[in-house]
Amino acid sequence: MENNLKKVDIIFEVDEKVTPIDVLDKTLKRAADEIILDLIDSGLKGRGGAGFPTGLKWKFTRNEDSDVKYVICNADEGEPGTFKDREILDRVPEKIFTGIAICGYVVGAKEGYIYLRGEYNFLLKTLQRKLDIFNSQLKERNFDFTVYLKSGSGAYVCGEESALFESMEGKRGEPRNKPPYPTVAGYNSKPTVINNVETLVYTTMICHMGPEKFKALGTNDSRGSKVFSVSGDTPKPGIYELELGMPLHEFVNEFGDGDAKAIQVGGASGHCVPRKKFNDTIIGFEGIPTGGSMMIFNSSRSMYNVLHDYLEFFTEESCGQCTPCRVGCQQLLKGIEAVKRGERPPAYLEDLKKLTATMKIAAKCGLGQSVGNPFNSIVDNFREEIIY
Amino acid sequence: MSRIVNQFTSHTQFTNHKQYFIKLKLEDYMSTTEVLVKELVEKNGRTRNSLMPVLQGIVQQEHYLSEEAMLFVAKELDLAAADVYGTASFYTFLDTVPRGKNIIRVCKTITCHMKGKDEIVNVLSNALKIKVGETTHDKKFTLLTANCLGWCHKGPVMLINDEVYPDLTPQKALEIVEEYAKTTH
Ligand SMILES: Cc1cc2nc3c(=O)[nH]c(=O)nc-3n(C[C@H](O)[C@H](O)[C@H](O)COP(=O)(O)O)c2cc1C
Ligand code: SF4
Ligand code: FES
Repeated sequence: MENNLKKVDIIFEVDEKVTPIDVLDKTLKRAADEIILDLIDSGLKGRGGAGFPTGLKWKFTRNEDSDVKYVICNADEGEPGTFKDREILDRVPEKIFTGIAICGYVVGAKEGYIYLRGEYNFLLKTLQRKLDIFNSQLKERNFDFTVYLKSGSGAYVCGEESALFESMEGKRGEPRNKPPYPTVAGYNSKPTVINNVETLVYTTMICHMGPEKFKALGTNDSRGSKVFSVSGDTPKPGIYELELGMPLHEFVNEFGDGDAKAIQVGGASGHCVPRKKFNDTIIGFEGIPTGGSMMIFNSSRSMYNVLHDYLEFFTEESCGQCTPCRVGCQQLLKGIEAVKRGERPPAYLEDLKKLTATMKIAAKCGLGQSVGNPFNSIVDNFREEIIY
Repeated sequence: MSRIVNQFTSHTQFTNHKQYFIKLKLEDYMSTTEVLVKELVEKNGRTRNSLMPVLQGIVQQEHYLSEEAMLFVAKELDLAAADVYGTASFYTFLDTVPRGKNIIRVCKTITCHMKGKDEIVNVLSNALKIKVGETTHDKKFTLLTANCLGWCHKGPVMLINDEVYPDLTPQKALEIVEEYAKTTH
């Protein structure tokens, strides 16, 4: 089969002639509303998973009437199978800083924060050194904005935006009820823009190259490109920036080992796509969206083990504040174990699926709400492997 | 301890014993933990928003949060001790039980599982003669597992303290830990 996968080089591209600080200088001369219009026009949607239009998020925060506002870069990257933010933080941090500063300018904030997961503490020293330089460059320009670094302490749920604010406020990382949304009441209950690392780099690059070039990539529903983290049974694991809206089979042709039986798209909280559906699955907001995690499983793998690992993950990482998720995750895990051991009939899987439906409605945050994604897609497509 | 000893010696270089006791600073009455907490609060600010960096700073020095440390933090930040413990106990990296000087965390999530994390855990467990969750008698190592560390394309992977070791084989993991054993006192 012909391969049409389009590789792109926007995120990691290093342009000697136009540095991120040059992009900042150019952008600070423009009106904030114009920048927002460009972002909306570009069609950029959040790259952290939820896919909210970035331009709108900035606009809502700009429109809030408040003396204090914040910009936060979500570098908590904890979704299993995702490692692209680490690579971005390591290779092109200045592009992230610039995105944060541009956002600060647009919404009228004076402080920006990067919340870095504790597992990435080895990056702290270099990041802080580069950040000091960046902050002094802002000062030279009389731009009243400072970016600070904060680190997490090993809790996946702190990637959820409101849990992240709680953590920064010195509390347990327990997600809040929404609304209010962060654009109205985020960190310290002030209007806050929170964006993923990759999203912020794209905002820098859209300010650099204009919305047209970005828009030309991808599809109507999924504009632009995206950095994918490819792992599992593949001869070339790693990080690849690809155009959005690609058919999954093209991805498998490029990255599979010839024996791929399933792809987990979007990490543990994403969807499992079996081989028979590779041909009619689109990777993008019109099909299966992803924060970038693509885990490939070949026919030697037991999908029971895969699901078991995911459920163990959610059971451990559930913050425990709401019952549907705390108890639900445990019961799903115990449930498939009981079915596997023959203590429960196969039909019990139907009961467990109902439980995930309840969790989707009743759980407080995305963690509990999305456990049904891997559960149902694996149970439906690999039922025999779960039972026998 | 070493902090107090240092202060003692630096003072005695300039004073005799008698004068030393007159010149005692408040710090000399405090345990190293209390001094550390005060320093961290000074550096990060006396607000609840500083709680995480303060707790992280203590763990970096003392490898875990003792009851004593949490009580000092509560006093310094004017919080209920329960609030400090409540926050601390939420986070995997903020241990409230004593840990070794080096904390090993082997990733156990799916891709690393597929690439052989069990062999890594086993070989380390045998070499250190401890099970996962335990600390060696000499307090040099604690062996733990962790959820995805963000290196799935280079699994199996482990963290030792803040350092990351990807692309492990059992042999490589052993050599790395042996190196730490040699340099930890
Ligand atoms: C359990 C959970 C974990 C999350 N972890 C992350 C994360 O590690 N990084 C991230 O950018 N977004 C994460 N998110 C999504 C954030 O809540 C938020 O939507 C995102 O940071 C917004 O940025 P974006 O619009 O640029 O995507 C997580 C959401 C949930 C429910
Ligand atoms: S859904 Fe789970 S992680 Fe989210 S708030 Fe409820 S218990 Fe916590
Ligand atoms: S699964 Fe081990 S680093 Fe991601």
